[in-house]
Amino acid sequence: MSTRSVVTGIGVAAPNGLGTETYWARTRAGVSGIGPVANFDAGGYSSRLAGEVPGFEAEEYLPSRLLPQTDRMTRLALVAAEQALADARVLPSDDEALNRGVVTASSAGGFEFGQRELERFFGKGPEFMGAYMSFAWFYAVNTGQISIRNGLKGPGGVLVSDQAGGLDAIAQARRQLRRGSSLMVCGGVDGSICPWGWVARQTSGRFSTDDDPATAYLPFDSRAAGHVPAEGGAILVLEDAEAARRRGAPQIYGEIAGYAATFDPRPGSGRGPALRRALEGALADAGTAAEEIDVVFADASGTPELDLVEAEAIRAVFGDRPVPVTAPKTMLGRMDAGAASLDVAAALLAIRDGVIPPTINVRCSDRYPIDLVTGAPRPAPLRSALVVARGHGGFNSAVIVRGAATDTTTPPNARR
Amino acid sequence: MSRRVVITGIGVVAPGAIGRKEFWSLLSEGRTATRGITFFDPAPFRSRVAAEVDFDPAANGLRPQEIRRMDRAAQMAVVAMREAVADSGLEYGAHDPARTGVTIGTAVGATMSLEREYRVVSDDGSRYLVDEAYAAPELYNYLVPSSFAREVAWAFGAEGPVSVVSTGCTSGLDAVGHAAELIREGSADVMIAGAADAPISPTTVRCFDAIRATTTSNDDPEHASRPFDRDRNGFVLGEGSAVFVMEDLERARRRGAVIHAEIAGFGTRSNAFHMTGLRPDGAELAAAIRASLDEARMNPADIDYVNAHGSGTKQNDRHETAAFKHSLGEHAYHVPVSSIKSMIGHSLGAIGSLEIAASALAIRNNVVPPTANLEHTEPECDLDYVPRVAREWRTDTVLSVGSGFGGFQSAMVLRRVDGSAP
Repeated sequence: MSTRSVVTGIGVAAPNGLGTETYWARTRAGVSGIGPVANFDAGGYSSRLAGEVPGFEAEEYLPSRLLPQTDRMTRLALVAAEQALADARVLPSDDEALNRGVVTASSAGGFEFGQRELERFFGKGPEFMGAYMSFAWFYAVNTGQISIRNGLKGPGGVLVSDQAGGLDAIAQARRQLRRGSSLMVCGGVDGSICPWGWVARQTSGRFSTDDDPATAYLPFDSRAAGHVPAEGGAILVLEDAEAARRRGAPQIYGEIAGYAATFDPRPGSGRGPALRRALEGALADAGTAAEEIDVVFADASGTPELDLVEAEAIRAVFGDRPVPVTAPKTMLGRMDAGAASLDVAAALLAIRDGVIPPTINVRCSDRYPIDLVTGAPRPAPLRSALVVARGHGGFNSAVIVRGAATDTTTPPNARR
Repeated sequence: MSRRVVITGIGVVAPGAIGRKEFWSLLSEGRTATRGITFFDPAPFRSRVAAEVDFDPAANGLRPQEIRRMDRAAQMAVVAMREAVADSGLEYGAHDPARTGVTIGTAVGATMSLEREYRVVSDDGSRYLVDEAYAAPELYNYLVPSSFAREVAWAFGAEGPVSVVSTGCTSGLDAVGHAAELIREGSADVMIAGAADAPISPTTVRCFDAIRATTTSNDDPEHASRPFDRDRNGFVLGEGSAVFVMEDLERARRRGAVIHAEIAGFGTRSNAFHMTGLRPDGAELAAAIRASLDEARMNPADIDYVNAHGSGTKQNDRHETAAFKHSLGEHAYHVPVSSIKSMIGHSLGAIGSLEIAASALAIRNNVVPPTANLEHTEPECDLDYVPRVAREWRTDTVLSVGSGFGGFQSAMVLRRVDGSAP
């Protein structure tokens, strides 16, 4: 039951870089990936900025037969999964296949693919809608395609809880390890940067209408007025610690030590938000005191009332101790389910390198009682991190990540 | 140490049956609810049969604002949830919201609403740059099916773990399996769990036409869903929802709840083969079945009834029969196996929960529902599929399985709890 779940591989598709080390170098340097929407002409819409994965040509990474049947979101997920498996040096194994599964999160599915097919259906006629529409857009597609491409026959899962789903998927992978699987590929990748997805997502009312990438997404800032949407995410290889050691995993980035999820009360109920309870639950699950947390990766909504809820929850959990808080997604935009698993990757890399990536562009308002790491990266010895994610409608999830350096069972050669 | 998880409330919205009692009457009488499509003109399509629900949300207690806000599938989930809560005897407001969670399964989410709204913003597919001025304010809720779980959480007052599980056609099994795990590990004491899908729209019908997965028995819709029959020619698209109140056994006993069944075991595996195709040997479904039996600490011979996926496609029914033989051995030939999809069609993500409801009711009633329309067998499908007529049968333990696009294979063991009725 209490087996430990460790991350042995990371794959990243982010708006400021494709590939883990590219992403991480740019994130440490505060390089933004936000710009005018490139995937379609957004000039006529209320919101016109996005974080898009630059220079991604699926043909360079995937066999041509996969291209007609995959949305861009799924292509990004497949590439991130392959990077993660290569990073962990996981080789295909018939013997182990049934013990290796996949859990992903996607908030909205393959919407761009869906729009093209809907356009054919209604614009030209039903018979012009292609056969791949039967699966290419739906929410389970990333898990299915990753499983097929990598021969992973263990438990498959798909969670949809908006942004929180990126953490929920990692937590579900951890559950599957506790239930007996040896390895899980997990995380979130989202997309839908197409006109139909754009207009649908705009109705959340939380998109920034600013045209300046430097001021459009400013969580915890007095100028905050929404967020910039983005595509991408991160896929992790999560393994039972003992199984990872047995197969000689090349590195252990750290452990998924704690997790909890809560849901906000119905508006008008008179009850307070449930975020604080998620943070406390994750700490309790990890058996970690708040004092042991060295950095918080914030959800960083960019909507003032939600930023306040988060700042107050952090303050309530950590008291007067000024725990550093950061939001590297200010460089990326919010990629729905993808953002949360990418923040877990960032937390692991921050712990590895002893540096907190900055929150860019933001001047933290006195309204928010937190120590926000702004401007430059902050060097610091890091052992444990708290990652927070919230989904539209009231989903709250929190994960505690613990570094490999505090991992007493890790063989010395597995550290870096 | 590990808690046992039981179902104490059942709510159903199904074709031909709103409410669990109606649902059980339909199944135990072997009636079929499949018919020619009435929701739209099906003339352009290859398959023109569906299992539609005659569902009036207002008559089922939904307020005008709820109806406006929710997709049809979410409406069904909330109606099913309210029946399940009433059945369980739980009182609104008497539970601890922080210890109560929600898991709703759905395969395709708000597809009817999305299709309707797409036609508006795109002016029937004539504009790639769709018009934001015509975007309905509810559009975000349709985009993200997580809104289904939110609606159920709001309607009941759940503030623990809340999520949507979307694993295609095993969503309904996987959502309930997930909820059971959350109770077992102590993340919640009560879970509202189930599934809903309402996919009967022109685009979904076309999707399945394109891969020739659905029936072409358009002239005989009442007999179009023919799982395990020699003359089967595809599944019949359905819709609906089933939602359960689940809690840990000790809690249920303390409050004197009527216990329908225990979720004794759950397993899921992937075939890693093809997004829509199945390997004929059923090895991964067999592995999922073995995992569910292991978790229940039961042997194949303990299974009294197998509630099959039984979609009525050529390949599924063979795949599944092979998987039963692999996993249950000789017992596969002795245990009754049936598919309720013969009567209520295949409601994608919802059907797994509807089948759990049927399994729990089979335990309550000691009756195995039949496989309607099964008239002619074929050599590859040679088990006891309970043709056409329900069977009185001592049913203490049920295996319910599902298989879906993406390669998902899931299995659940439900068991009578000692001391529960009858």
